[in-house]
Order: sequence, then C-alpha cells, then structure tokens
Amino acid sequence: MEDNDLPTEAEKERYWRKNLSWLGGLLAVWFIVSYGCGVLFADQLDKIRIPGTGFKLGFWFAQQGSIYVFLVLIAIYVKVMNRLDRELLHGGND
Amino acid sequence: MDVRIWTYLLVGATFALYIGIAIWSRAGSTKDFYVAGGGVPSVANGMATAADWMSAASFISMAGIISFAGRDGAVYLMGWTGGYVLLALLLAPYLRRFGKFTVPDFIGDRYYSKLARFVAVLCAIFVSFTYVAGQMRGVGVVFSRFLEVEVNTGVVIGMIIVLFYAVLGGMKGITYTQVAQYCVLIFAFMVPAIFLSIQMTGNPVPQIGMGGEYQDTGKTLLDTLDGLSRELGFNTYTDGQKSTLDVFCITAALMCGTAGLPHVIVRFYTVKKASAARTSALWALLFIAILYTTAPAVAVFARVNLLKTVSETSYAEVPDWFKNWENSGLIAWVDKNQDGKIQYLGDGAALAPMPDDPKFIPRFDGLGDDAARGDSGERLLLNPPTDAANELYIDRDIIVLANPEIGQLPDWVIALVAAGGLAAALSTAAGLLLVISTSVAHDLVKKTFAPNLSEKAELVLARCAAGGAVVIAGYFGVNPPGFVAQVVAFAFGLAASSFFPAIILGIFSKRTTMAGVIAGMICGIIFTASYIIYFKFVNPGGELWWGISPEGIGSIGMLVNFVVTVVVSKLTPHPPKEIRDLVDRVRLPRAAFGEEDAGPVDH
Repeated sequence: MEDNDLPTEAEKERYWRKNLSWLGGLLAVWFIVSYGCGVLFADQLDKIRIPGTGFKLGFWFAQQGSIYVFLVLIAIYVKVMNRLDRELLHGGND
Repeated sequence: MDVRIWTYLLVGATFALYIGIAIWSRAGSTKDFYVAGGGVPSVANGMATAADWMSAASFISMAGIISFAGRDGAVYLMGWTGGYVLLALLLAPYLRRFGKFTVPDFIGDRYYSKLARFVAVLCAIFVSFTYVAGQMRGVGVVFSRFLEVEVNTGVVIGMIIVLFYAVLGGMKGITYTQVAQYCVLIFAFMVPAIFLSIQMTGNPVPQIGMGGEYQDTGKTLLDTLDGLSRELGFNTYTDGQKSTLDVFCITAALMCGTAGLPHVIVRFYTVKKASAARTSALWALLFIAILYTTAPAVAVFARVNLLKTVSETSYAEVPDWFKNWENSGLIAWVDKNQDGKIQYLGDGAALAPMPDDPKFIPRFDGLGDDAARGDSGERLLLNPPTDAANELYIDRDIIVLANPEIGQLPDWVIALVAAGGLAAALSTAAGLLLVISTSVAHDLVKKTFAPNLSEKAELVLARCAAGGAVVIAGYFGVNPPGFVAQVVAFAFGLAASSFFPAIILGIFSKRTTMAGVIAGMICGIIFTASYIIYFKFVNPGGELWWGISPEGIGSIGMLVNFVVTVVVSKLTPHPPKEIRDLVDRVRLPRAAFGEEDAGPVDH
C-alpha cells in the first residue's frame, strides 16, 4: 500500500467511533439475552411455553437460547468489522 | 470384545495419535513454543481453542452438575459461552494487534512497568495452577474407572503423557494435538447423547429431543422429570433454587473469567492477524456450543433414566453399572431401613462427612477384594449415616461417565467416552502448563531477571518449567482441593477479578495509569481470594455476604478492581505520550499505519 493511500486522522476517528457504537449495541443485546431473559426476567418468561415443545421460555433461554444468540452476535461483529476495515483501508484488508 | 479391551484400544489409539502429532509438530524456536509460530488457520485455531478450553469439568462434570442442579446449572452454560462474546468484541483483536507473546507482556508494556508485569505473572501462574489441579484429577477419575487403576496411578499416567507432548511440542505441538483432541471429545460426547435422545424421545437431535415427548407417554420429557423430582422430594427440575442475585454474580464471574483466562487469551496470539482473531473466536464458540447445547439435554436424559432405574429397586436387581461405579467409589448406598431396596430421595445427603474431613468424600471399608460387604452385598462405609431417609450417594461426575451404561449403549461407546474424557482433560492441562511455563521462562526470568538470556536457553528453561509445572499439578491432582468443577470455578473468579479489568481498561481508556492498574489488580485478587478461602476453608457454611456464593464473588472482585483502577488512575498523572500512541495503534488495523502485520515478535 502506498503511503498517500493511508487513512486520514478523521477516518481513523470515524472507524473507532463506529466500532464503539457497534460494540455498545451488540453488548446491549448480549446483556439483555443472557442476564435479562436467562436470569432477571426468567420467571416471567417461564409462564410462556415454546409451542410444540416442553420448554418454558425462560428455561430455554438460560440453557439453550442464549448460546445461539451469542454465536449470532459474534458473527455480526465479524462481518461488520471486516466491512469497517475495508472502508478504512480503501479496499485493502487487515 | 468387552468394554475393557475396547477402552485399551481406543485410549491407546488416541494417545498414539497425540504423541505422533507432537513429534511431527515439535517446536524449534521460542516463537513456535509460545505462539505456534503465529500462523495457525482460524478454523484450526477455533478447534484448538475449544479443546483447550473445554476441560475435564466441561466434559465430565458439567452435565452432571446441571443434572443435579436443574435450572441453576444454566450459570455454567451461559457463563462459559457468554465470555466468548466479550473475547471476540473487546479483547482478542486488540491483543493480537499488540503482537507480543503473553498477557503479562501486554500488561507490562501498556502500563510501562515491570511491577505491573510481575503482578500479572503472579496472577497468571496462580489462576493456571488453580485450574490445572482439576484437570489432573479428571484424568485420574477416568483412568480409575475405565482402566481399573487407582485414581492416583491415573494421575501419574496423565502427567507423563502431558509432559511428553507439552514439553516437546510447545504451543505448536499443543495446538495441533488439540485439534485432534477436539474431534475425539466431541465425537465421544455426541454419540451417547444422540443414542439417548433417540431412545427417550425418538428425535436424533438432543437439543430438540430435550423439549420433546417422553417415549410416547403423551407427556413432555421436562414435565415427566419435574413430576418425578417432586414425587421423590427433589427440587422441581426447571425451577431455580439459587437467588437471582447469586445466579447473576456467578454468571458474570464465569463470563468475565473466561475472557480473562490467560490460556484462552493466548490462543488469539497464534493466528495471523486481528481479523483472524475475531473469526477464530467465532469458530471457537461454534465448536464449544455443540457440546454446551447438548450438555443440558444429556443432563435431562440422564436424570430421568437415573430416577426411573434406581428408585425403589432392590440392590440385588440393580443394573451392573451401579455396582461397577460403587466399586470405583463414586456411588455409595447404605440400607438404612434394612429393606434391601434403594431409597433415593431429596431430603438430604445420605451420609455424613468424616469428622476429620470437611469435604464430603465417601470412605469405604476396605478396597477391591477386601471390601467389606453388607447383607445385600453392598460395600460398607466408614461414614456415619444421616437422619435423612435418602440412602444413596451419587457423585456428579457419573452422569457423563456412566451414561452409556445407564442407557445400555454398546461397549465401544463406553470406551469412546473414556477416550473423550481423557482428551478433554489432557488438552486443557497442556494449554495451562504452557501458560505456566511461558510465564516462568518468558515473563519472569527473561523479562524480569535475566534480559540477556539467549533464545536457546529460554527454550530449555521453558521446557523445564513445563516439566516442573506438571509435577506440581500432579500433586494437586492427588490431593484435590474439592470437586473438579468447583476448583475450576475459582480460577474463573480469580481471572475475572485480576486480568479482565486491566486489559479492558488498557485498550478502551488511555487515562488508565500504572499505579491504577497495579492497585486494581492487587485489590481485586486479594478481595476475591480471601472471600473464597474464608468461606470455603476457614468458615465453610458461614453467613455469606448478600448471599453471594464463593463461585460468584469474582464479579464483585472485578467491580472492586474496576473502581480502584479508575479512581487511582484519576489521582495519578496521565500515562506518557508513547503509551497513548501504543493504545491508538492497538485500536486500528496495522495496515492503517502502512505496516505489515508480521505476527508476534520478541522485542
């Protein structure tokens, strides 16, 4: 990569800000799903059953669902950051 | 062929495979030894991370703990997977960009201080030893049951195997061995789970079978289990018993602990670049999730099977597995009402601990052929019986180990579980021993005491340190400080309260200073360790603070660490300019500065 193709300070600033806001969003979902659905509001959610199964919803989130959501969260972050990297590096990659 | 021959065959074959891989991929340089040369593909690294991290506790004990705890077992499921979100988002890519060998390297450079590095090294060694003790015990348990040797002999055999490939191969050998170990352990975990799921619900996918109908009874499996549990006086399986605050704290301690464990973090130093570190975390969690979403299903299947088979059955008619495991000392039965039948009830422990032993381990009268037998042929115990009507003691580890026998699966499946348990315990032990040897050779000796050490001497020293660590770990394996999974839970609490805040603040706050982080780490780990030691060893059963169990106190220790670090940082001068530049460079891809990312280098 040529030196004149390096990202500007403003672009670097923008990259970090965007990274932080994605982090905030994804971690909020992480918190709500694991601590919210699996722990804090589990008793309320337990009143609902997943149709056609024996799972109470809070129990399912605590023992199954939260893990699936964690996977999706990391997958989203991998995709987003690869895109941000490409934008910052004008098409090159990390 | 009987079970024993199958077991020798499968365990022998897998051991030969591990040793073969270790010889093929032995380390030639310190870079090979510490970070496998820094060029491991993401998928392979993800698999190795999964094996490194899924320990004897995950494989042997976790499903058992969930099986006995019911709903509350979810703290382990969420706690040990949720940490990967933190790792992928907050730690792994940045630490990879930083591009050194170890966590103490990062702490030492970011906080421009040998003292900070030294504190980090001590924390790393302490955490790793706490954790590795449980692994060696796991190896011993598997050996003793499946190959019919004493637990302690099993520990020694395990030590020799680990010693061989960790010392020879370093991180490179360990990484590729772990890929093989992952395949063995996941296959061994899934095969019995799928068999059981088909037997009990007709659905081959355990994750779905768990919510299915129980053997065409018209009732779901979970409702059947809730009903059985209540009938026998146990807690309703799908209801929680622990307080919400305690569950919250334990989950948080396990999550942040996962993200702070040195042997997990170091895995992300072995990939080519920061983007690969993120992908690698995704693969790792995917491979881990396969076991972690199956374990709660296994817990349910096993619990139903156990309650149906054992309760009110006369000792003369119990299946063979019951007597086999009684001979291994993991099941104990005392016929309190002299009716020859097993009463398995939820009204308390069947046996009282020995007066000289605060931990509860059943002590049998005599060993092997000399074992004293009661009227029905059961082994007699030295422990006094309790007043509870419950007559049965069952070690939690049995759930996974005996599951194939309980479900009457073919002999080779039983042997497979033995090989899988050993793979899980050995892979984690090796990863931890490597962290210990790296900490000693690289962080302690080379960086702190003898900076002029040649690479060759450092490599020799690292190998000696790995050897020494195996011996100490073996000692703890012979004299274990508690149940396998509980010991591991402590390591997480200690990791959460020391490294996690130090690394996060190091990346996300340029204001964090040397004084802040040292004070924070010391306060965090002292607070957590004292709480655990006090309530586990000095005054077990004492009144807990806010009802938080020792397993969950790490999350409070972590808050203490965060607060102390931030406050002390505010009171001390800004870190120097070059440190703030270093943080900027860790936040952005290397290429943004017109540099190639050549992998970890030893400056």
